[in-house]
Amino acid sequence: MQQNEKLDELAGRCGEWLRGTGPESDIVISSRIRLARNLGDFPFIRRCTNEDRLAIERTVAARMNKLEDWNDVRYINVDELSEVDRQFLVERQLISRELSESEGARAVAVDPEEQFSVMINEEDHLRLQVMHSGLDLTKAWQQINHLDDLIEGAITYAFHPKYGYLTACPTNVGTGLRVSVMMHLPALVITRQIDKVFRSLQKISVTVRGLYGEGSQFTGDFYQVSNQITLGKSESELVEQVGEVVPVLIDYERRARQFLVDQNEQDLHDDVSRALGILCTAKKISSEETMHYLSKVRMGVNLGLIESVAVKKINELFIHTQPAHLQKLHGRLLGSSDRNVQRASYLQRHLSGEDGGPAELN
Amino acid sequence: MKCQHCEKPATFHITELTGADGPKVLHLCEEHARGFLSQDSPTPMASVASALAKQLKLGQTKEELAELDRKACPVCGITFYEFRNAGRLGCPYDYTHFQKDLEPLLSNIHDSLEHHGKRPKRMAPNADLQAQAIQLRREMDEAVEREDYERASEIRDQLRGLEANENQDPPADSSSESKES
Repeated sequence: MQQNEKLDELAGRCGEWLRGTGPESDIVISSRIRLARNLGDFPFIRRCTNEDRLAIERTVAARMNKLEDWNDVRYINVDELSEVDRQFLVERQLISRELSESEGARAVAVDPEEQFSVMINEEDHLRLQVMHSGLDLTKAWQQINHLDDLIEGAITYAFHPKYGYLTACPTNVGTGLRVSVMMHLPALVITRQIDKVFRSLQKISVTVRGLYGEGSQFTGDFYQVSNQITLGKSESELVEQVGEVVPVLIDYERRARQFLVDQNEQDLHDDVSRALGILCTAKKISSEETMHYLSKVRMGVNLGLIESVAVKKINELFIHTQPAHLQKLHGRLLGSSDRNVQRASYLQRHLSGEDGGPAELN
Repeated sequence: MKCQHCEKPATFHITELTGADGPKVLHLCEEHARGFLSQDSPTPMASVASALAKQLKLGQTKEELAELDRKACPVCGITFYEFRNAGRLGCPYDYTHFQKDLEPLLSNIHDSLEHHGKRPKRMAPNADLQAQAIQLRREMDEAVEREDYERASEIRDQLRGLEANENQDPPADSSSESKES
């Protein structure tokens, strides 16, 4: 299969983590765990020559290809992709911005369900990640642990008896594990409680970042909660640490939503309905504005104030209206202004009855 | 409605509950709302930088620091200065070579120096061989750069020998080797 065909196939579908199901899925979008790993006999990426990068990519690809149950895995050479296709994979959270923007041999292996991806030649030689819809850290950990076991059977990792798995950045050394739970916290934003909540989180070694993680702006009231340290605690202790914080945040968000309902349900109902109205009728709309209104609509759906749209549909729209997805779905490159027109038309089709919009109440 | 801080339309209406005078409503444009709500979220680089800053405050003199900056890894060649600037190490052997200088940093970041997690079932038979392979690759690149192709080809053979040793279990991957050339 050609690289392009592999991506076109993905574009029309929705990854596992966007299903909008799973425990606490009204507030928790997805649970993600990643492991950073390096080959023992190569320099870290920053000191690699082009030849080294190519040798790492080829060696890893050849060995992973021989793994059991690896037949359906799509292997994509990221360096051969156009900018839009690379951005498409970033929007889908299958690769990082860093991998998309770096140069030289680099790749990603993705399973058909988009539950896991393995980035090759990111900041570390290997970055394994598993993503699930809703709050499901235990399952994500079991799955990534199994994947790691499989790969380490074929590749000798850089490992130090005292410091654990060795990584390019000392902030990842030890377990190389980062647990990230993506949460939708609009009511905490509206009530300005989020600031206070985040300050309290810093005391227990948990960090919070925007939708696309490090270095990005937050949009659509999505926040990623993750562990800060990677050394000195076991993987299950780190998973547990984040797992204990998330229910507290869920509780805060639910209370803030209730506060908004109690304070003035009519105003809130009006606000979320107007947001849906704009999304259904606008003739041109920016990505930022779309995120802003979709966030309100998502909260409105979860509070039972809007009944005509399914959460899964809203989750899909968050991703499908991003610049690269829009262009892939439209089948051609679009300038910013054309994208705004196409985005409005896409939203209208999917929210106002055409293309099976509001009928999907699953 | 206009933003309280500029002429743009207010798209964020924030109810502040934490103020001393009870709930307060703010009307802000997207940009000002972002500024108002955003937190300094620590990135990995920021963690390294702040841990390094803490370490340097702990009594290192200018001379000691200059000496540390010049210190270079014999395997990958990275200097401590380069690491300090980029926040990224050059090769796995750096953790051994810079051990004394990295430990305060690791302790600042993680509050620990001991791995308590998973261990690979398949360990490198000889970590020195792995470091040697990294060093040889570096020498090979240098040989190619000065157009000493004879030396480069000798090193390539040595590397293949090391890889064969390293990959005895599972067997060496001949298909990857052919692609690497």
